[in-house]
Amino acid sequence: MTAEISAPRPKRKIHAPVWELTLARIREFVREPGALFWTFGFPILLTIALGIAFRNQGPQKVVVGVLEGPAAAETVRVLTATGRLAPELIAPANADRALSSGKVAVLVVPGPNGIAYRFDPSRPEAAGARLLADDALQRAAGRPDARPTTDEATRAPGARYVDWLVPGLLGMQLMSGSLWGIAYAIVQTRQRKLLKRMLATPMHKRDYLLAFFFSRLLALAVEVPVLMGFAYFAFGVEIRGSIVAMVAVCALGATSFAGLALLCASRAQNSETANGLVNLVTLPMFVVSGVFFSAQRFPAFVQPFIRILPLTALNEALRAIINEGTSIVHLPFQLAVLACWMVGSFVVALRIFRWS
Amino acid sequence: MTAAIRIEKLCKRYGELTAVDGLDLEVQVGECFGLLGPNGAGKTTTCEILEGLMPPTSGVVEVLGKSWRTSERELRERIGVALQETRLADKLTVEETLALFRSFYRQGRDLDELLASMQLQDKRDAWVSKLSGGQRQRLAVACALVGEPELLFLDEPTTGLDPQSRRALWDLIVEFKSRGRTVLLTTHYMDEAERLCDRVAVVDHGKVIALGTPRQLIDSLGGAHVVELATAPELPLEALRPLPSVKSARTQAGTHALAVDEPHVALPAVLDLARARKVELTQLTTRNATLEDVFVSLTGRHLRDG
Repeated sequence: MTAEISAPRPKRKIHAPVWELTLARIREFVREPGALFWTFGFPILLTIALGIAFRNQGPQKVVVGVLEGPAAAETVRVLTATGRLAPELIAPANADRALSSGKVAVLVVPGPNGIAYRFDPSRPEAAGARLLADDALQRAAGRPDARPTTDEATRAPGARYVDWLVPGLLGMQLMSGSLWGIAYAIVQTRQRKLLKRMLATPMHKRDYLLAFFFSRLLALAVEVPVLMGFAYFAFGVEIRGSIVAMVAVCALGATSFAGLALLCASRAQNSETANGLVNLVTLPMFVVSGVFFSAQRFPAFVQPFIRILPLTALNEALRAIINEGTSIVHLPFQLAVLACWMVGSFVVALRIFRWS
Repeated sequence: MTAAIRIEKLCKRYGELTAVDGLDLEVQVGECFGLLGPNGAGKTTTCEILEGLMPPTSGVVEVLGKSWRTSERELRERIGVALQETRLADKLTVEETLALFRSFYRQGRDLDELLASMQLQDKRDAWVSKLSGGQRQRLAVACALVGEPELLFLDEPTTGLDPQSRRALWDLIVEFKSRGRTVLLTTHYMDEAERLCDRVAVVDHGKVIALGTPRQLIDSLGGAHVVELATAPELPLEALRPLPSVKSARTQAGTHALAVDEPHVALPAVLDLARARKVELTQLTTRNATLEDVFVSLTGRHLRDG
């Protein structure tokens, strides 16, 4: 046998229970590659995908159809010269289909006595394309402009889709992180009978639950800079308001969702039930709370309900601070909504929580 | 001296089902006490009531002279618990798990020393998911011991373990008891109870049906030995009862089991009877009587049958 010479290991320091519990939560989290991906990787991938899909590439060219015929070639030349239209020759047999499928916004039919425009007036881009095409063809035919005009393109900072999207993704991430992270961990612990086992020790229930909040807040300290840093360097998304205010709103949001997570996990005996409950809570908010598109697209009579959802309030507050530079004191409604969810879900969850 | 555990007329009902049905028990300080019985006998329910994890439907429960209702915090500091089938967190190391449990107690054992006495020092940095069944069970017991309890509850601690791991755990329990501490153990292994327990209570259908030292219970059969025999054609049990030195007799699945004082007296009589009746002996064994025989003679069932 070979003797191994090693320095005696220093005595392990035992921390306060709430801190040991928090450390345990963080260790379990970082040792789970899947959880790491969903927390850090997924929001970044989503930002990349959506940022590319909706990037601003200057004015989009509108595709217009030109019906084949004697004057078609000249018409195509004039329309191409505008720089804003992409004309395409269409055979008469395909004309109806090209229009109904939306392949072309307008079908231009040059004739000996004038030009006919075929289009569906209910399509928003059709009317614009018809005006553009008509304007170009009239000028080419010799119509003078009565008054000189100039086009001034403007772009307000923070007005791109990606600027609008990033705060919503941040809100979504706070919701998913809290709900999945906490609810799943609690139900797993209950299912393993580990919750019962810990209850057989002098551990305070309060410490057990607090550890989830502390570990979530610590995770935020990484999640928020990663997503916002990525958005800044890749897409130039800037935080126009106070960073402190943004962090405070993030923390409040994460805490509210932690309360909802406790509620979802308070009685579920297995992870299937917990999954169902978490989906039930998160999926509607993904859709209506303005993550990917504005919540204002929903009819007016549901707006009061949408506005009191925690994710709506969080997204509104984050967008106000990040995109518009609004001061946190001008967001009392959103802060109040989040605080109500936080307090309400806690009180109910603690009442109905099943420890064994 | 106050008893470590005192239970009077304990009942626990879940709706229609009565899990514990008027159980009385007293466990002395320094004793290793075994609750013995088949699955579903009410052992685990009794344990969890004693551990303060579930309230009884009725009855008196005193642990270390205190009641759970008035002294929960104090009792939690003074008892250690290993539940049946707890699965500790997979992705924490052995040492992290112990440190977590240690943090819950005001006073407790030194981790290095505890790891060494549990033979887990080589595994201190291994994740729980990487441990063998025996190592996991030792860690579970270590978590129960980390607060230096006066009273230790072990609910089926060796179920599913290999013989070597079982023996290692037994040594730990013996060591704990040798320091004057009290153990309440549930098991359906008879050899475990005979080896570890000062006294055992046999529990069936939520009631104590026998109580005493393992020796006393075995002696209550009337004979310390068991002769098992089968014949073709089968001999009537009534023919065997009057044989010399046979204290009691029963039949199960075609095999007769005789509780016998002196095998050297009983065996020739059995052989003579077989010869006289012209039956063939297809099986004949003698062995020491065990607690299993006690359970079978009390209930007519084997422990594992449930």
